[in-house]
Amino acid sequence: MKRNSTRHEPHDGFVGLSRRQFLGGMGAALTLAVSLKSGIANAASLASEAAADAFAPNAFIRIDEAGKVTVVSSYLEMGQGTFTGLATLAAEELDVPMRDVSVVGSPADLRYANPILEAVFGRPVQGTGGSTAMAGAWNQMREAAATARQMLVNAAARRWQVEPASLSVTDGVVVHEASGQRIAYRDLLADAAELPVPENVQLKSPDDFRLIGAEQGTPRVDVPAKTNGSAIFTQDKKLPGMLVAVIAHPPKLWGKVQSVDSSQAEAIPGVVAVVEVPGDDKIQGGVAVLAHNTWVARQGRGALKITWDDSQALTVGSEAILSAFRDLAEQPGIVAEARGTLLDDAPEGGTVIEAVYEQPYLAHSAMEPMNCLVDLQGDRCDIYNGEQWHTGDQSAAAEILGFETEQVSIHQLYAGGSFGRRANARSDYVREAVTLARTARDQGIEAPIKLVWMREDDMRATQYRPLTVQKSRMVLDDAGKLLSWHWRIVGQSFMEMPEGAVDDSLVEGAKEMDYDVPNLRVEQHNPTTFPVPVVWLRSVGHTHTAFVGETQIDEAARATGQDPYQFRRSMLGNNPRALAVLDLVAEKSNWDTPLPEGENGERRHRGMALRTSFGTVVAHVAEVTLHTDGSYVVDRVVTAIDCGVAINPDVIRAQMEGGFGFGLSFLRQGIVFEAGSVVQSNFNDYPVMRMNATPQFDVHIVPSSNAPSGVGEPGVPPAAPAVANALAAMTGHAYHSLPLGGSVATS
Amino acid sequence: MITFTVNGSSHAFDGDPNMPLLWYLRDEADLTGTKFGCGIAMCGACTVHIDGRPVRSCLTPVASVDGRSVETIETAENHPIGKLVQQAWVEGQVPQCGYCQSGQIMSAVALLKTKPSPTDDDIDAAMSGNICRCATYPRIRAAIHSAAEKLAY
Amino acid sequence: MKFRKLAGGAVAIVVIVAVAFVAYRLLKPEGPEPTPPIAGAAQDLPDDMSRGEYLTKAADCAACHTEKGGTPFAGGRPFQLPFGTIYATNLTPDEETGIGKWSDEAFVAAVREGVGSEGHLYPAMPYTSYTGMSRDDILAIKAYLESLPPVNQPTPENSLSFPFNQRWGMAFWNLAFFDETRFTPDSDQSDAWNRGAYLAGPLGHCGECHTPRNIGFAMQSHDYLAGTEVQGWKAYNTTSDSLYGIGSWSDDQLRGYLSRGHAPGRSSASGPMAEVVEYSLQHLTDGDIDALIAYLRSVEPEQGDRNVTVNVTPAAVEASNAVLPGDDAPVEDPHGRRLFEGDCAGCHQWNGIGRQTEYASLGGSSSVNDPTGTALIQVLLRGTSIEIDGVTQRMPGFGGVYSDTDIAAVANYVLAHFGDKEGTVTADEVAERRAGPAH
Repeated sequence: MKRNSTRHEPHDGFVGLSRRQFLGGMGAALTLAVSLKSGIANAASLASEAAADAFAPNAFIRIDEAGKVTVVSSYLEMGQGTFTGLATLAAEELDVPMRDVSVVGSPADLRYANPILEAVFGRPVQGTGGSTAMAGAWNQMREAAATARQMLVNAAARRWQVEPASLSVTDGVVVHEASGQRIAYRDLLADAAELPVPENVQLKSPDDFRLIGAEQGTPRVDVPAKTNGSAIFTQDKKLPGMLVAVIAHPPKLWGKVQSVDSSQAEAIPGVVAVVEVPGDDKIQGGVAVLAHNTWVARQGRGALKITWDDSQALTVGSEAILSAFRDLAEQPGIVAEARGTLLDDAPEGGTVIEAVYEQPYLAHSAMEPMNCLVDLQGDRCDIYNGEQWHTGDQSAAAEILGFETEQVSIHQLYAGGSFGRRANARSDYVREAVTLARTARDQGIEAPIKLVWMREDDMRATQYRPLTVQKSRMVLDDAGKLLSWHWRIVGQSFMEMPEGAVDDSLVEGAKEMDYDVPNLRVEQHNPTTFPVPVVWLRSVGHTHTAFVGETQIDEAARATGQDPYQFRRSMLGNNPRALAVLDLVAEKSNWDTPLPEGENGERRHRGMALRTSFGTVVAHVAEVTLHTDGSYVVDRVVTAIDCGVAINPDVIRAQMEGGFGFGLSFLRQGIVFEAGSVVQSNFNDYPVMRMNATPQFDVHIVPSSNAPSGVGEPGVPPAAPAVANALAAMTGHAYHSLPLGGSVATS
Repeated sequence: MITFTVNGSSHAFDGDPNMPLLWYLRDEADLTGTKFGCGIAMCGACTVHIDGRPVRSCLTPVASVDGRSVETIETAENHPIGKLVQQAWVEGQVPQCGYCQSGQIMSAVALLKTKPSPTDDDIDAAMSGNICRCATYPRIRAAIHSAAEKLAY
Repeated sequence: MKFRKLAGGAVAIVVIVAVAFVAYRLLKPEGPEPTPPIAGAAQDLPDDMSRGEYLTKAADCAACHTEKGGTPFAGGRPFQLPFGTIYATNLTPDEETGIGKWSDEAFVAAVREGVGSEGHLYPAMPYTSYTGMSRDDILAIKAYLESLPPVNQPTPENSLSFPFNQRWGMAFWNLAFFDETRFTPDSDQSDAWNRGAYLAGPLGHCGECHTPRNIGFAMQSHDYLAGTEVQGWKAYNTTSDSLYGIGSWSDDQLRGYLSRGHAPGRSSASGPMAEVVEYSLQHLTDGDIDALIAYLRSVEPEQGDRNVTVNVTPAAVEASNAVLPGDDAPVEDPHGRRLFEGDCAGCHQWNGIGRQTEYASLGGSSSVNDPTGTALIQVLLRGTSIEIDGVTQRMPGFGGVYSDTDIAAVANYVLAHFGDKEGTVTADEVAERRAGPAH
């Protein structure tokens, strides 16, 4: 498979395989299938590689005749740097230079199941989420690469009739020091392919790392293609004869099409067909207009005259939901965590801090609106997608089509952001695209169909971070020590839960909190009254619990005359990792030295927040300027992070910068329902942080030899609370509801 | 018939003159480096140059480029400033998801053409219309400064 | 004694004058029916349009008689007036809720005399202008409306406070303020001028919005088209005054504004005026647009009392280019500038060119030159859109996320940068506008 020189697709090598190529490659496929641990579901895909790749010792590593290494990523590259991290691990253990390594996305296949998510879900799933990629790949990918290296070294040892242990490898060349003999990997591939796969391989000692942890990091493998327009996202993918579909969703959630007059749409030159997509309990459905050109399809959608049946539609708005949740917040809920005995009242001289916090639904609003390309041909379905939920989406597509999962191939493309949106337990937009393709086929349309959502569709087609109402109550003694914390969280659960079960994600960060609290009770209500579809958004439950916990801690510190840093410190005696991160951020931010006043009556202050999420500890200190008109800007952010071994410090810094920016936007964002419809539509009413609100960053990584944990999400949770704490310190107001807006009351 | 050049080659279009240039470039001319982000000129992902000046192609009717010269990300490397900016982007490891970066680079090139040594305020003024949901802004800022320094030599 | 006598005399005189005025009003002849080529369809009426449809568009019936997102002419659109809300009626030929059972006489009376099926109409219905139309034209409109599919849609009850809910009261208003007169051509002027006057007056009823109203809510005849505030928006001075009106606009600018809602180098129609262009003016023939221009050029220049002078070369814009605002731009609101550079500059650009679409150009626009920011606040809060030839041009609203402080800041920034004006917009004022009618 020759790489197309002008279009860079991260699934390169897995696509473009015709039926004929597949059959022609069967011979190779058979040999290869033997060497793979399980399944031939995607032997067809790998078969094509067998010809070009002389050496494929496992599902993750392939080496071609020129000695170039291809790493197969079971994870989606959506910006978080996973491809680069995997390439780094592989290059490290293989002892090849980074420039010889490229990364492709894997097809959907349980051989690529995510080991951490498997533990969470209790069944194998292939998906990207929970900042698990590096943690999951840390052993898996290194072992895969070390195995390949060992086989190549063994091949050289056999050739020279020497002990493998007497050989070393530098930049893909095996060297026998004693004799001075040298041989490149590319000349050993055929020999190595004949050797048995070693059972146990020795991984490198961290002392020998030359790429992992290198201060400047290894350069991202996807960056060149992302600076010249050649990186191919789903939005860019084309197949011969492909049609683009733009869909009209019900204006009220879960409304259904009653009737449609498509005559005007069909009269538009270029409109090929109008297809009704039946909605169900997982997708909204609607009416799609198909054309060769996106604009034409969009014009066609505008010309549809649809009568909607709202009898089953959501009819309420956010106010009604909030009101119901407020009531629940006053009632005992399902206990998620309980230790000690809650105090009802403060002891003599003590303090009670109690507040109700409200946070809205949030949209992911990735830069690339959701889309999915489906090529349905006979008994085969090829899906091209920025795929974050591989096996789930594959099963969903198979179910809709009445196929076995093997008949559905998923081709990985770059995702233009996702933030969790493309990993969806309902497989919503993939289902919609496949249902559309099936319906279109039934209407006689034989063409690949790419469903594309306009920005407004993306903003309004549901799947949001849940709205929550939280009631939190702290009791402190006369010395300001936190004795008791009662925290009740009301929100829809992220996944369907059995009645009475605890949704750990909804209460994460509260249930297993960073701080020592002798008496703690965390409860939750997971009402199912309002059928607004919810899904995880970058950092999941921490998006809402961090704001409540970290701002209330500051409120308690202010009320008891304590320094927020020292107050936190006093509760981290049993959490040395978090304490070290907190101390580092305080030191690097000069926490103990107040900021100088700004010009023209501006006030300036620091705010801090700390949160362990997905195994990684992050603390931000935000330096905030409050202008006299109430508008505010974050000037500088100091961050400390402990994520175990820092595989790629530069990617870690990038994720802290980006994570802060993503979380900062929470201060201004909210999705609001009115009478069953989403009010927001685009970036004019769903603002995101822009260049001129960008602070300077100073990121400090705690040296660690622990196994790595993720960095894609943990920068998000402490961002908004750090800024809110700085503002609260200046205005004296505690902020209990988001969004705050771009300006606050100054006194 | 509307005629214009795209990256130096002549193009002719006789479809809907109101179709935004973005969809001509992406769907008709197969130049998919220019991205669709919002459709209302608020995110900048679709930024291209017309007669050397930056525009949001999602709102630019194709009829309005009749007789003009359009340049997209695909030709950026053929211009000294474009090449420098792309190099700075790689050296600074700017992109994350990468979807907005074509537009960011086209806006940055327009800025440096207008002002070869921009201040932070200039960068805010010229670049704040380009949204990056991954928030790569600090690196974009640094890369622009870095390209400007090289431009000065 | 002397004083009482004098006072009694004065009262007597007032009564006599009033009676005489009423008698004059009642007895004054309405004048002859206007005839083509002044009345009637355009001379260059396109083949695919009936006279009735053309006149219906020229009289802009749809704009008021269509609810937002509703069926055209089915009524229901609310008008929030200082004394309550009234709703436009259903003009489709539905027998129960529309005009299906109306006689020609009744229809003409409603349009020209303001007397409907339930009694007197409120002058939100511009019968005060329509009264100048010819009976033939009104019946052509009726015939067109009768050709539409009937829609059964009852008009909501008006919610007016006492005494305004007493329709008979309008009889007195009419006596005082309503002059039932047909359009009379000026024989000293050309046919084109007279046609323009007929289009601007009896049909297009420009004065209803653009002429300041007196204490009795009637148009002040001496300030005809001198500009005023309507429904929270600005209807600008469209007299021929070269400083405050359209006197210095070129024919091309006027033509562009009237026929597609944008005058190059000047304003774009927004809010209610965008609707007028969308529903009505864009459908006028070239000949009729020229006639309108000929007439508007001759309207007596008036300064008006809420006048706006437009600076077409403000310093900050002169110093700016498409990419950057220019170093020597005057000191401007930093918060407003921050909002502008993030959310606005990408489309409007720093020099106000609005390169993507001419509708986004800000240079020379009255809205960004009005220090009160009346229309600007509305556009920022609610956005505006206009559909011309099937293509929608839209400015999104920011009221959903901008606080009152934010709107005030960005409005004052825009006024400073693009109008060289010291904006006087305050957060309180924005709050008031936010709560007020959408238009």
